[in-house]
Amino acid sequence: MPISPAEPGPAAVHDIVVLGAGPAGLATAVAAAARGARVALVDAGPRPGGQYWRHRAGDDGAAHHDWDRFRRLRDGLDAHRDLLDHRSGHTVWHVERTGAGFTVHTLHAGRPYEIRGRTVVVATGAYDRQVPFPGWTTPGVFTAGAVQALLKGQGVVAGRRIAVAGTGPFLLPVAAGLAEAGAEVVGVFEAGRPLAFGRHPFTVVRNAAKLAEGAGYLRTLARHRIPYRTRTTVVAAHGTDSVTGVTVARLDAGWRTLPGSARTLDCDTVAVGYGFTPQTELAVQLGCAMERDGDGSLVARVDSRQRSSVDGVYAAGEACGVGGARLSLIEGELAGLHAAWATTGARPDRRRLARLLRRRAAQRSFAAALHRAYPVPGGWRTWLEEDTVVCRCEEVDVAAVRRAVTELGATDPRTVKLCARPGMGLCQGRVCGYATAGLVAEADGREVTADDLRGMAGRPIAQPLPLGVLAAGADGAGNEA
Amino acid sequence: MSTSPFTFSFDDRAVPAEDGQSVAAALIASGIRSWRVTRVEGRPRGVFCGIGVCFDCLVTINGSPNQRACVIEAHPGDVVRTQEGAGRADLAC
Repeated sequence: MPISPAEPGPAAVHDIVVLGAGPAGLATAVAAAARGARVALVDAGPRPGGQYWRHRAGDDGAAHHDWDRFRRLRDGLDAHRDLLDHRSGHTVWHVERTGAGFTVHTLHAGRPYEIRGRTVVVATGAYDRQVPFPGWTTPGVFTAGAVQALLKGQGVVAGRRIAVAGTGPFLLPVAAGLAEAGAEVVGVFEAGRPLAFGRHPFTVVRNAAKLAEGAGYLRTLARHRIPYRTRTTVVAAHGTDSVTGVTVARLDAGWRTLPGSARTLDCDTVAVGYGFTPQTELAVQLGCAMERDGDGSLVARVDSRQRSSVDGVYAAGEACGVGGARLSLIEGELAGLHAAWATTGARPDRRRLARLLRRRAAQRSFAAALHRAYPVPGGWRTWLEEDTVVCRCEEVDVAAVRRAVTELGATDPRTVKLCARPGMGLCQGRVCGYATAGLVAEADGREVTADDLRGMAGRPIAQPLPLGVLAAGADGAGNEA
Repeated sequence: MSTSPFTFSFDDRAVPAEDGQSVAAALIASGIRSWRVTRVEGRPRGVFCGIGVCFDCLVTINGSPNQRACVIEAHPGDVVRTQEGAGRADLAC
């Protein structure tokens, strides 16, 4: 029954609104509802699970990791249905502080909704980080995450002959999955040379399971005779209407291409990713203190209770540092227990909290080791041509970005965005923000700062929406359902 | 997995799809890689991020432009058309 935003009514206000139903958000919602908190779990997807457990209706989970854990969380959603309001298919476009709490503005099936809560948990996850290279806009170049989502979520193999490139441990399951599904993987081209684990023995011991997983993927690659090359990557994709091949080159430690090392390979598909970028625009909208993490990503700063710097706003999972699903589950449970404690007075078990904090510390040190093992040094900028597209939406090339600094006098990405339009399109800089910040800092003769990244992540309206929705909001159309 | 097959049309060609499959996944499974032409340079585009972040895969579905093919599920009888340029310029962001 619709309730007007002008007459909120006590029943419409949740104790906790959780933004995102991936591992972190699910763990938050179930932990909080189990402690008696009234929770709204808001997510854009049709089903819970986020990117990690992305699946179709009726999926038995055979292709997924930790599916038992997902099933238990999904059962938890059902078990607490009286307290837990799962809003699937809701795209959040704005969050604001209203009175003593928060109002979350969403779009669902073309209509605007407002969901209110006393606290908010930002569990918005991450997506593949990209650096541009010549030809990266050619159809057939996909993010590694897209190829994985097509395979795991849709049962579709993205191509026949596939080059997997970029940096980070995520390339391995993507390549292994493609090979198992019958694609010909022409190579895994890891731009880094991940050796840092050997220098962190305690981290290795405490995360043996995760390392064993990586070894398993390498065995799959070996079984399919797929070359795994380090300090090597795809520096150009070829083809006009679809990918016909790539140029692969060896890199030095700073990722400059080694002269004479470039060779071309025939393939019809590229899966590329350089780590992950957390979705932080909602945290930025809420005014949370942000910092630059070890992997160069902008993240929300949180304390031992997953509290951000803003009263009543918590963050869990990748939004406060890229660390994978296990860390997200731990942080989500912590956020759920503490937000429930703060809103209902249900004191969590001290031993459980201590155990979660120990596990969080172990997972975070593992994440930090991964960040050190898979850095993204600035040499990718040497792969670019002047006419290489940086901003895919607005079709802004490298020359235009550099000109904004050298000729128009811009010294930060936000000003460059206003001068040359990178980041002004529909994705609002999500894809090109990292690269634009890097190019601007280079042209300005300095390193990238958290302010540079914040300038590309600030989005007053987090998702594109029909103008009619904004107009309708003024007279109260489209209320809480 | 529920896989009741059906078809929808893409630029007047029949494309098979399975229940719950996204428009993009069905197109890619049929070997179709691009379904948008960019506004400025007239370049072809299809899926890039595959998870609703990048807005590269915009397409016109049943007359409505700017639909993200990677997140919209295909339905029997959908009429999907290549999108030229902005399709419609009434999105705020």
